[in-house]
Formats: sequence, C-alpha cells, structure tokens
Amino acid sequence: MSKLLDIDSISVSYGSIKALREVSLHVNEGEIVCLIGANGAGKSTLLKAIVALEPITHGSIAYQGQMIAQIDENGAKKKFGVPIRRSKGLSSNLRTDEIAGRGVALVPEGRRVFADMTVEENLDMGAFLVRDDELIARKKEEMYDFFPILGARRKQKTRSLSGGEQQMLAIARALMSSPRLLLLDEPGLGLAPLIIQDIFEKIHIINREDKVTVFLVEQNASIALKASNRGYVMENGVIVLSDFSTNLLENEKVRAAYLGDS
Amino acid sequence: MFNFILLILIYTAIFALMAIGQNLITGYVGLLSLTQAGFFAIGSYVTAILSVTYGWNFWLTVPMAALISSFFGLLIGLPTLRLKGDYLAIATLGFGEIVRNILNNWDSLTNGPMGIQRIPMISLFGIQISPYKKWGFLVLVWIFVLVAYFLFDRLAKSRLGRALEAIREDEIAASSMGINVTRYKVWAFILGAAVAGVAGSLQAEFILSVTPGAFTFMVSIMVLCMVVLGGMGNFKAVILGAFIIQFISYFPQLVGLSNVIPPQFKQILFGLILVVMMIWRPQGILGREKRSAPRRLFRSGGDV
Repeated sequence: MSKLLDIDSISVSYGSIKALREVSLHVNEGEIVCLIGANGAGKSTLLKAIVALEPITHGSIAYQGQMIAQIDENGAKKKFGVPIRRSKGLSSNLRTDEIAGRGVALVPEGRRVFADMTVEENLDMGAFLVRDDELIARKKEEMYDFFPILGARRKQKTRSLSGGEQQMLAIARALMSSPRLLLLDEPGLGLAPLIIQDIFEKIHIINREDKVTVFLVEQNASIALKASNRGYVMENGVIVLSDFSTNLLENEKVRAAYLGDS
Repeated sequence: MFNFILLILIYTAIFALMAIGQNLITGYVGLLSLTQAGFFAIGSYVTAILSVTYGWNFWLTVPMAALISSFFGLLIGLPTLRLKGDYLAIATLGFGEIVRNILNNWDSLTNGPMGIQRIPMISLFGIQISPYKKWGFLVLVWIFVLVAYFLFDRLAKSRLGRALEAIREDEIAASSMGINVTRYKVWAFILGAAVAGVAGSLQAEFILSVTPGAFTFMVSIMVLCMVVLGGMGNFKAVILGAFIIQFISYFPQLVGLSNVIPPQFKQILFGLILVVMMIWRPQGILGREKRSAPRRLFRSGGDV
C-alpha cells in the first residue's frame, strides 16, 4: 500500500498558541483513517492545514508523493511578525483551490453548504473544476441515487434542509469532483444517532465501491473507530496513540477517555 | 422641463453604468467597496486629458479609460480584498479621497481645482453628438448601458458568476471546491472599475469639462444606494435603482422647489432609503435575480 497522504511533523500556530506540535501521520491509498480527540485538541486544524486553509509553520505535507506544503529546516521565516510560508526548490506550497484540483475534497466542519443555492446548484458548485457537462449530469444522477433524499429536494433551497440532509449534501458536493482523497470534518456533529449511522454507512460504501480514500476527524470515537481501518488519537495538538482501529477500540486508555467506559 | 427630464435620464444612464459595476462587486461577491467615485474620476480625467492635451478621438479614449481604471482596480484590489465588511469600506473610501486629492494637486497634469475645460465633443461617422442636443446624447449613453448590461449579465451567469456567488456565500467552501478566491475577487474589482471608467468618459463628454469637485465620496454612496435600493445581484434592478435615486436627487429642481428644499435634503433621503430598505426589504425592490435552472443542462454541445 502506498502512502497517499504523508504528513511529516507539521506545526500550526494561532498567534503564540501552538495548535499542532510536530504532528506526523499518513493515510494509505484505499484506507479509512480516523483521527479522534477531544474538543480543541487540534483535529480540525490538522484538516485545515492539509488543504492550506491554515499555514503550517514547520514540517511538510506530501500528497501522491509530491510536496504540497513545506517549510525549510530553520522553521518559519518571520517577516513583520507574520509567519511566511516558504517554498523549497520546485515544491512550492499549493493554495487551497490547487489542492482541490489535485483531487482532495474537504467536507468542512459545520458543513458549509451554500445556503442560498438549491441542492442542485450546490452539486454544480462541487463540480466547479469539472469541464465536462455530461459527466456533471451523470455525477449528479449518481448522487441522487446514492442520497435519495437529495434527489427529492434537488430544487429546494439548501437552508430549508435538515442538519442530516445538509451533511449528506456536503458529502455529495465533495464527491462531485470525483476526489481521490475525501477529508471529513466531524460528519456526525449535531446529528441524531440513526442519521450518523446512515452517514457512516455511506462513507463506507464510498470507500469500498468508489475507491475513495477517506480521512475523517470525529469526536464520536466509537463510531469513528468502528468505521475505520486505522486511527490516531490527538491530545493538545500532539498525536498520542496510533494503531489499527480494532486495537484502539480495545485499548484501555482509549476506552477510559473516549468511549465512556470506566 | 422636458429637457430637464432628459438630463436626469442621461445622468441615470451614467450612474447606471457605475451601479452595474458595483453590483458585480457588492451584489455578487458581497464586498462592500466604495471605490466607484475614484474610478469614475479616473475615467473622466483620462478622457479629458487624452482628448484635450493629446487630441485623441473620444472613441479611443473610452477603452483607455476602461483600461487605466481597471489597472487601478487591480492595484487597489490586491492589497484590500483580504479585508472584509466595514474594513474594506473604509480602505476603499480612502482610495476615492486619494484620487480626488491627487487630481486637485497635480497641477501640471490635471490643472488642479480648475479642472480641464473645452473637451471636444463626440463625433460618430461625421455626426456630432453634442450634449446640447440631449436626445442624441441620451441614445448614446443608453446604448452604453445596454451593452454593459448584456455583457455583465452574461458574465454573471457564466462560470465566473457562479464562482463569485459561491465566494459570497462561503469563502472556505468555495476554495475547497477549487475556486481561486483571490483571483475571482480581483477580477470582479477590475471589471467593476472598468465600467466605472467608461461612465467617467461619458460624464466628461456630457459636461465638456472635468473638475475634481465632481468626484466626492457622495458619488460612491449614491451608487451603493442604487444597488441596495434596486436589488443586489440583479442588473435590471440596479438600473431601476439608478433611475429612482437620480429622480429623487433632482426632485426639488424638477418640481421647482429648489429654493425651498435645500440640496442637502437628498442626502437625508438617501440615508432614510437605506435604513428603510434594510429594515423592510433588504433584498431591494426587485430582489436578487433567480438563477434559472442550470443553463448547462439545456445547452447544446456547440454553444459557448
């Protein structure tokens, strides 16, 4: 198995606060990998750093064997007190839209669907980089088959959708670009357990049948670990544990801290 | 009286051009920018200087006005577009004032506060389009408005327009869809500046002189009012907004009460209109244009 995403000791700071401290992890082609941790552990920050929504101050990120973000050994160069991202050699740091163009789709925290657009328009936006109209139409039909509720509401304004429907739309929108790597930021946040289960089943199907590699961040440790092949545990911006998910589910520390067993 | 209505309609057209540009920036991308007076001034002075000092034909000065305005649009856009909301408004307001002060003080180029007089009239195929014969000028300026309307409306319904709307709704989501947020914002700024520059050219030709005093920040405020009143994100609506605002601002003269109602009254009214609209009809008179069902589905293969 080859490494699709390889994160090598990256740090991210918000002002003087270090949100991530030299975090390393990798996602292999075809896997579902989850990152669990408490609120404020830095999980979302890590996802944002992958797609360059947050600049890294240390380390490097490689995708498909190519550097997409890299800071040289001296760490971040500070200019006017602002950390400037440095590029080394040919591997310049990519912008968010360029990373999306390489096949990384993010389902952002809080879904961030385009509320004033209809379901169909949201899917159109997801296919912004696709130039082939027939492919877009076909993809949309696929999404309506896959998420029937979206098909029923295709002409409806997105703001009238329920939380679960919006989450499905956010996932469908991300899939419109036929990504190789799907990043999910708390797909279960604020949803009823039954709907969470439904969404995780869909994620499983996407991974198995469309061969999309999935990296997901989740507070709900039990469902995330059950749905994934491998897992990482993050505390205060540091990875403290990493193992196969089945092992993590048995791990005493994980059980005590995240699965509610005493 | 009739002539006066024609004059109002000509000013409506000139301001409608600026409102069309403002609509792309404010209505589509959702940026509160107050630059139109600055670009309007630049366009006016480009036409005035090129035609008076260098003897250029009006029709050559128009593309230059658009070009130079959009260059300044790029210049002001790149550093300020990372600002949001009121911060952007303040920064862009400063730009308009800087332009006006430069025009006031760069005597050798702009002739300072006296401005530039005796701008040659427009001629088209040997026919002179004089601002004294208002019908001809009216037709000319409204042709400009129609062309701008069709270009911008088409643009707004294209890929660019969809990108701008996505940026307005959610920048983070838009960039995760592969939209280069900065580039599209700057494009909106450039296009908005270009059309305001053209409006400036027409203004210079209509007054046949330019003075810095004509380009106060009230111009930017008026243009913003037109967009808010008509309806953000709807090019027809902002033309309607331009029409209403212009009629209101000339209302005292129109009804012959200009010695009773002080000219400041229109500023009070604009403020009132903005407040009333924000409370009762924030989407404007006509509201945002409904996106027609995705055009791409109905499009045959060869089109565009």
